[in-house]
Amino acid sequence: MTDFTADEMMTIAAARALSNDDVCFVGIGAPSAACNVARLTHAPDITLIYESGTIGTAPDVLPLSIGDGELCDTAVTTVPVPEMFRYWLQGGWITVGFLGAAQLDRFGNINTTVVGDYAHPKVRLPGGGGAPEIAASSREVFITMKQSRRGFVEKIDFFTSFGHGEGGDHRQRLGMTTKGPTLLITDLGVWKPDPESKEFTVTSLHPGVTRAQMQETVGWTVRFSAEVEETEPPGTEELAVLRDLKERTARAHQGEAA
Amino acid sequence: MARHMPLAEAVGTFLKPGGTAAFEGFTHLIPHAAAHEVIRQDIGDLTLVRMTPDLIYDQMIGMGLAKKLVFSYAGNPGVGLLRRLRDAVENGWPRPLEIEEHSHAAMANAYEAGAAGLPCAMFRGYLGAQLAEVNPNIRHIVCPFTGEKLAAVPAIRPDVTFIHAQKADRKGNVLIEGIVGVQKEAVLAAENAIVTVEEVVDDLDAHPNACILPHWTVDAVCTVPGGAHPSYAHGHYARDNADYLAWDRIAADRDTFRAWMTDNVLDAQPGVFAERVADLEVVA
Repeated sequence: MTDFTADEMMTIAAARALSNDDVCFVGIGAPSAACNVARLTHAPDITLIYESGTIGTAPDVLPLSIGDGELCDTAVTTVPVPEMFRYWLQGGWITVGFLGAAQLDRFGNINTTVVGDYAHPKVRLPGGGGAPEIAASSREVFITMKQSRRGFVEKIDFFTSFGHGEGGDHRQRLGMTTKGPTLLITDLGVWKPDPESKEFTVTSLHPGVTRAQMQETVGWTVRFSAEVEETEPPGTEELAVLRDLKERTARAHQGEAA
Repeated sequence: MARHMPLAEAVGTFLKPGGTAAFEGFTHLIPHAAAHEVIRQDIGDLTLVRMTPDLIYDQMIGMGLAKKLVFSYAGNPGVGLLRRLRDAVENGWPRPLEIEEHSHAAMANAYEAGAAGLPCAMFRGYLGAQLAEVNPNIRHIVCPFTGEKLAAVPAIRPDVTFIHAQKADRKGNVLIEGIVGVQKEAVLAAENAIVTVEEVVDDLDAHPNACILPHWTVDAVCTVPGGAHPSYAHGHYARDNADYLAWDRIAADRDTFRAWMTDNVLDAQPGVFAERVADLEVVA
């Protein structure tokens, strides 16, 4: 078996969560890599949608932005942005919204707006973009991000995109009919919400990761599911596809290749 | 009624200090040349509207032209944060900046409401989102038929909308191809619209459902080849991703930023954009 990095394990584990039948609204960054690895391995017919209006896109390199020309060139169709949000997202066509986060809490609530106070922020982050409505209107939401004390916090500074709120039936109480976050894939493991409390619990540890490491990188007391599995390590083909994709992407973004 | 004119004349004629301006283009066809002309003419106290402020608003804010920003994603997409915007929000440099923050869905709906002549947009949004607590322009209405509580935001009606497009014909009809974003809505919602184009042609040669802005929806058409750089123009030249990556370093420091703006904007003219895309041309 080839050596692999924690980042590669994260991307590949996230890719495996997607299926051929999914219509996936892709967030930029880590989700974009995972979604395209899925398309290039076990889910060739997956529909990938970026908020720029590109539907059914199949980029050869990862886009730097959500609207690179590559996305439009390879899309089944490209629609105006108001239509993207009104018909395709709000209309209920998206099976999975795949998001990243700057700060995340145990109930899958996401902050990408500010660190500190909104009016006088310590760090002004980019903001929500499409995420608040992706989180509410996609049939379910997958989240992928690296674990760190800075990112996995007891209390997020701002509720940019609603996950399970305070847990339990909080989504239903706000009138949401979608499932919300159902899966969290990190560089250390895989988490799923408890069916009742909706708190994310660890269901799988990546190879070589300990429970202690899981806790060290998280700002709340981590709960583990009754049976914690070990994530299957990246396969040879999965790794080759991911590394090729990353290499093509790096070359393209530095302007050394078309 | 569209008139072909130089960019400097269009900007000077239609954009006034204190006005509300939208520069649209969703990653694609961002009107950089027009923004640079506004910076050269030092038209200030502007309320700037744009879903994804990115580099052009980082530049305008850093040059002190903006008093207020209406936006939904203030990042350098795929690269990181907007450092001039951050400096204005976090430190008030070079002047304090009022912000009105939305989600993409809200802004897209608000442009559409502006184009549709409605006072506000209605959509299923901001559920559980804290922006609704900090932005008084996010309100709710109740569907009179089902009782569902829906989000409402005011329509966007810019004084001037700036967009970049691939082609115009002699009359000033404009063709937009590729990722069309919210440009059509932003033009129809505006009091005046200025369009920079890659080229003027005799015949747009467009298919029946193409995104075309008739000449009577546009006030000025300015030919500026390369005018979207480092953004791109589908069918003409590729996105200069290396430039987006480089901006992160340029904008990190106030002096480096000022020096870059002097060399590349204040002391430049719209004509330089054609040179900037010379190596990025795509083969049709």
